[in-house]
Amino acid sequence: MKMKQISQILAVTALVAISGTALAASATMDKIKSSGAVTMGVRESSIPMSYTTGDSRFDGYHVEACRMILNDIKDKLGMSTLRINYQPVTSQNRVPLVQNGTVDIECGTTTNNANRAKDVGFANTLYVEEVRIAVKANSGINSISQLAGKKVATTTGTTSVQLLRKHEKANGVNFDEVFGKDHADSFLLLESGRADAFVMDGSILAGNIASAKNPKDFKIVGEVLSTEPIAIMVPKNDPEFKAAVNAAIAKMVANGRMPALWDKWFLKPIPPKNVVVGLELSPATKNAWANLNDKPAEDYAQKK
Amino acid sequence: MALDFGVFCKSTLDGEVVDHCFSSLFGLGQNADPSYLDWLMKAWGWTLAVAALGLAIALIVGAVMGTLRTLPDTGRGSRTLVRFATAWVELFRNIPVLVQVFLWYHVIPSFILPLKLLPSYWLVSIALGFYTSARIAEQVRAGIQSLPSGQRAAATALGMTTSQTYRYIILPMALRIVIPPLTSESMNAIKNSSVAFAVSVPELTLFAMQAQEETSRGVEIYLAVTGLYALSAFGVNRVMALIEKRSRIPGFISASNDASLAH
Repeated sequence: MKMKQISQILAVTALVAISGTALAASATMDKIKSSGAVTMGVRESSIPMSYTTGDSRFDGYHVEACRMILNDIKDKLGMSTLRINYQPVTSQNRVPLVQNGTVDIECGTTTNNANRAKDVGFANTLYVEEVRIAVKANSGINSISQLAGKKVATTTGTTSVQLLRKHEKANGVNFDEVFGKDHADSFLLLESGRADAFVMDGSILAGNIASAKNPKDFKIVGEVLSTEPIAIMVPKNDPEFKAAVNAAIAKMVANGRMPALWDKWFLKPIPPKNVVVGLELSPATKNAWANLNDKPAEDYAQKK
Repeated sequence: MALDFGVFCKSTLDGEVVDHCFSSLFGLGQNADPSYLDWLMKAWGWTLAVAALGLAIALIVGAVMGTLRTLPDTGRGSRTLVRFATAWVELFRNIPVLVQVFLWYHVIPSFILPLKLLPSYWLVSIALGFYTSARIAEQVRAGIQSLPSGQRAAATALGMTTSQTYRYIILPMALRIVIPPLTSESMNAIKNSSVAFAVSVPELTLFAMQAQEETSRGVEIYLAVTGLYALSAFGVNRVMALIEKRSRIPGFISASNDASLAH
């Protein structure tokens, strides 16, 4: 009798121990530890968030934040070195590449929304994007209400296209939309006069204006059309890895490293052309740092 | 992975399922909000429109340029025409089609200002048309040169002028010969029309890139778009097969040139 009880207890203990290790095991962290390398998804031309500085080197606000995070994870795993492989991704393939494990951590310009959250996980938001309007400085346009019937450029494959459509429907106005195949193309539409305005994420507008021939010819005007959290993407079924990333983020914020990171990428000259993006820290981003969270874009919309 | 084609019945505005998924197609009733299916059909229309206008330009210009390249050497005038047509072909087939589209959309209008007023639909159709015309011109030339030289000599002996020779003797034969390669070229026009997305024509490729971003159902969207491209190209193939069959003169070219074997 006693013998049986003991064996039962032993069995239960063993079971708890096994399930305990099963929970703690993170596929991503195991892979990082065993291979000594991690694959970071990056963008080619999302200045200043994530872009190439030439020779397959990548840099940017999110890329540097990710390097800090990975450094923290490296220490946590007790590794002496961790090789980072950079994998350029596009708007079209970034979610599938994180889903199938090609990319361990995506540090680009991905909006955290409920739809994507079904397929991937999002770390706590470090950057809140505001969709704004860029126009020529001498156009006299100051608000979205002045854009009715005008040519409005935006980039194919972005949430701004849907945003414009919703705005048209809600306000009974009509834009003449033109679609650039990428942001540089959309900006060229504005520059060459084929479009009167370019509606896009503020950082992208600022980045394109900064690298234009005559940055003074353009300005960002009008109300904030939409607020969206831009977050680092991680695999969905790996809460352990996500927790490690979030812990690293919390440490970065607590150590006060974020304002310096913002200064470096948004207010100081950045490589490779040494242009200044010139985007002031927004209250929304400051708020995201103060109250770290992984709320999707839908929650931001309701707040407004 | 599970496919969910219900995405096409969702509204493009709020992602909710709309009342009449097929409604706007057959005019049975209009949804308050357009669905992704409505958008897909509209995009298909744009693809067909770009391909049709591009192909029309290509066939006309290509036939003319191909004919000019084969003109007999009868003096400075004909030599100039031959050189012009040769230059045309080499210019338009040596530049990638996407680059040509950008040239017509961004570069040329900044020199020729009235072109700025043309909608991008026309500019991309011109670009696609000229690109394809170079390829069609070479096929027409091949068709003309495949004819025995006796045909031209006989026409001359009958006292026909050069234009009469082409009109009544050479082109009726040559154009029949080149129908099979023209079929491929016409199907290529459908497929190449996908470059129009790059200059803001809201056709199938643009739809695919945008809709998969909005709905996260990329596999379903791309399957539908692929299906429509294949269907359109196959439709062109059948029309060309019909033309080939109808225009055939029994025993005129060669007996083995049977339309049913050609495909």
